[in-house]
Amino acid sequence: MMISFNILVLVCITYVILLFLVAFAVERRAERKRIGWLRSSVVYTLSLSVYCTAWTFYGAVGYAARSGLEFMTIYLGPTLIFVGWWWLLRKLVRIGRTQRVTSVADLISARYGKSNLLGVIVTVIAVVGVTPYIALQLQSVTLSFGVFAAETPDWAPQDLESSAIWLAAGLALFTILFGTRNLDANEQHHGVVTAIAVEAVVKLIALLAVGIFVVWFVADGVGDIARRIDASPISTWELQPGRWVGLTFLSAVAIFTLPRMFQVMVIENSDERHLATASWAFPLYLFLMSLFVVPIAVVGLEIMPASVNPDTYVLTIPLAMEQELLATLAFLGGFSAATSMVIVASIALATMVSNHIVMPVWLSLATRGGSGPGDVRRLVLRSRRASIMVVLALGYAYFRVTGGSEALAAIGLIAFVGLAQLLPAMVGGIFWRGATRVGATAGLGIGFAVWLYTLFLPSFGPDVILPASVLADGPWGVDWLRPRALFGVTGLDPLLHAMFWSLFLNASAFFIGSLLSFPTPIERVQGAQFVNVFDLNTGARGWSQSSAEAEDLLVMAQRIMGEHEAQRFFEAEAQVQGKAGLLPDTTPDFIERLEKRLSSSVGSATAHAMVGQIVGGAIVSVEELMAVANETAQIMEYSSQLEAKSEELSRTARQLREANAKLQELSIQKDAFLSQISHELRTPMTSIRAFSEILREGGALDDDARVKFSGIIHDEAIRLTRLLDDLLDLSVLEHGQVQLSFESENLGKLIDRAILASASVAPGRSLTIDRDHSAENITVTSDIGRLSQVFINIVSNARKYCDAERPHLTIRVRQNRGRIDVDFIDNGSGIPRKSQALIFEKFARLTDTTTAGGAGLGLAICREIMARLGGTITYLPGQGGAAFRVTFPQTLAEAA
Amino acid sequence: MARAPLYLARESYRRRRLTDAARLLPVVGIVLIILPILWGPVDGDGPATAGAKVYLFAVWFGLVAVAWLLSRALSRPVEGADQPSGTSASADRDAG
Repeated sequence: MMISFNILVLVCITYVILLFLVAFAVERRAERKRIGWLRSSVVYTLSLSVYCTAWTFYGAVGYAARSGLEFMTIYLGPTLIFVGWWWLLRKLVRIGRTQRVTSVADLISARYGKSNLLGVIVTVIAVVGVTPYIALQLQSVTLSFGVFAAETPDWAPQDLESSAIWLAAGLALFTILFGTRNLDANEQHHGVVTAIAVEAVVKLIALLAVGIFVVWFVADGVGDIARRIDASPISTWELQPGRWVGLTFLSAVAIFTLPRMFQVMVIENSDERHLATASWAFPLYLFLMSLFVVPIAVVGLEIMPASVNPDTYVLTIPLAMEQELLATLAFLGGFSAATSMVIVASIALATMVSNHIVMPVWLSLATRGGSGPGDVRRLVLRSRRASIMVVLALGYAYFRVTGGSEALAAIGLIAFVGLAQLLPAMVGGIFWRGATRVGATAGLGIGFAVWLYTLFLPSFGPDVILPASVLADGPWGVDWLRPRALFGVTGLDPLLHAMFWSLFLNASAFFIGSLLSFPTPIERVQGAQFVNVFDLNTGARGWSQSSAEAEDLLVMAQRIMGEHEAQRFFEAEAQVQGKAGLLPDTTPDFIERLEKRLSSSVGSATAHAMVGQIVGGAIVSVEELMAVANETAQIMEYSSQLEAKSEELSRTARQLREANAKLQELSIQKDAFLSQISHELRTPMTSIRAFSEILREGGALDDDARVKFSGIIHDEAIRLTRLLDDLLDLSVLEHGQVQLSFESENLGKLIDRAILASASVAPGRSLTIDRDHSAENITVTSDIGRLSQVFINIVSNARKYCDAERPHLTIRVRQNRGRIDVDFIDNGSGIPRKSQALIFEKFARLTDTTTAGGAGLGLAICREIMARLGGTITYLPGQGGAAFRVTFPQTLAEAA
Repeated sequence: MARAPLYLARESYRRRRLTDAARLLPVVGIVLIILPILWGPVDGDGPATAGAKVYLFAVWFGLVAVAWLLSRALSRPVEGADQPSGTSASADRDAG
């Protein structure tokens, strides 16, 4: 039974209609929020299978037939990345979710300060790299049609030609219908993802079915296959270490840099836990897809004529064995692989093109025209649809131009190397905060250019784009610039050569550029958010409090998000702020969240620019930050000055208060002094007056009485004189009017004189004096008269006030660095602590019992004298009695 | 900001070591996958490709199995909240 062209087309169309229905049903359920299991980890894992394109489905067998086990590198690389998900994928997915990234270009643009230039560069790399890949899928479907055509001679060649364009058109229709249905908040396409998952099952079943057929029906089970492998040309294959490591690395990089992989892995991820499942389930899927590749290749090489393209063994073996149903299933598997790749890749590319090229151009045009953002929503959808068509048209054109290329794997690997150029900017950006926009731009630019020059352009063959002479001898005959032997490196095959040079120069430029440049504030904020995505929960602060009108923002948001969505978002925000209605305050937080929300529809750079238009240049620039910082510094300076001033004021006030208190105290002291002095004067005056009156009246006074009375009058007069002398003395001393007369004298003799002079005081009391004569043998130069006056006063006091039964005075002299301490210590009860501070004040007599001697001016005078002599007199507490220390310089300079 | 505790309870300690294992797994994988390049040229007519194929698929399946065990253990919810942010707990908690 031969499958006619019409039946095959019918099968295809039925299959496609089935996919439409699946996608449609899922979209319907999603609208009613009943997706449940449709967003499970199984669907997520299956959707990741867009990695396995027609290149895998057909090409892996061909690859194995040509290069043995080397085909495995293409699946081992992704396996390593997935089992190592904790390193990279987990972070990528988290960043994608928190930053609401819309594509790989958006990720890089957002990381480097929402730079649109980077977005454009990545978009261009992606378009240039992926377009051939899409052509590859169209080619593989045409090829598979061709296989069936070879079996049925009634097929016209133009049917084959037209099959590609019909396929491209059908894919465009599907992608536009389900890929651009809505501009959803999180840019997820439930319908598409589910359809992709269905296709993943179909291609897995198809390949397993062919594999099982080959192992157990063509051959006789595992043992037989092992024998056949040993007998086949594949068994002589030798592993090339360079290619083995290089291709594993390349495919490991491709799994997260390919736009379609980023789309299904990061953007369509609805739950981070799905990644944990995919970490083992996706490698398992790849494992199953590769399991039968070698047996199919071996059997194909064995039973098929050499004229058959090994890339078609999956189809030709069942056909040769007359298993049309199996062949049809295999065809559907290849068809699934091709269509799912094209659909996802064109969605991813269209998102990039519309967000990073169409929108910015349109925005700048709209700004120039003076009008604000127009109907952005419709514009974005239209630009996406147009982009999808353009991308597919480019793929078709590429297919038509280079239709002759037979080795599918080559184009796939060329695309891998092109997209691998994103590696330094991407991985550097999420692990290294020092990565800057300058570095990323330089790296991507140089890497892309080197890739174009060494791999992409030469892949068209000599004289198509690069002249044969350039390929052979280098441009202008410069040998070391030959595209396939850059800098004289000839030891690598062209692919590894291009990969090495492009990635090496790319990474070097990235690091050097990053090290030498300084990031802008937004870049630094974004860098911290990306690198520390697991530590930070709060959003970046890009917007300052601004004059943006909430209403304008609402109008714009409605155009992008749709009226209902936007209003709900604004209402929720207003509610959070505790406001009723639709218009929240335009706080930086709110604007930040709005921008993120918008960026999930139109990309971060565009969203930033659009919000920027309305917020009106409230984007914080370095200069503004500096200005703010300066202003703050000034304010702080001013306030610290104020603080200092107010402190000074309060200090002055405190001083004034203290001065006032002192004045009041002085006033009280003066009053006390006056009353004291009048009291001191009055007592002797009263007795003098009384006795002088008695004497004047005469009367019966005998001589004894007269002598006695006049004696009293005389004594009192002497006492008054002494008091007045003391007062005069004190006054002179206090006002510094005293004239000092300097002479030298032995300290021992000085003390001798003082003791002798004081002996007249209270002569009834005996006082033993303990001295150390050797220590007293010091010559002192000072006002000796005044100094002895102090000593006399102290010794007299001891005589007068020492209340011990056997009064005893110890005099000790010590020399201390040019100063002399003389301590006078008696064995009385001493002076109570509370009075110690008072004894040097005027009229500070502790008791009134012993009035003999002075008027309480003695120690006050001593203090004044010692101050004049450059010394001090202090009370020494805790010596077991009253103790005074007199300190003075041994030699007092006359000038002083 | 409070400093992360220096020592952890048994539960969180186990979990930290699990994440260490998850980080280590791809390194082991790289070594095992690169290993065939050190095998040297096969002399004679030994079944080089068949042997390499069995070896590579065994390694591959082993990686899948270990990754399955690890992801199952890591997806389990964490009791106690002594996990500082940035480790496994936050990823799972936020996702749940």
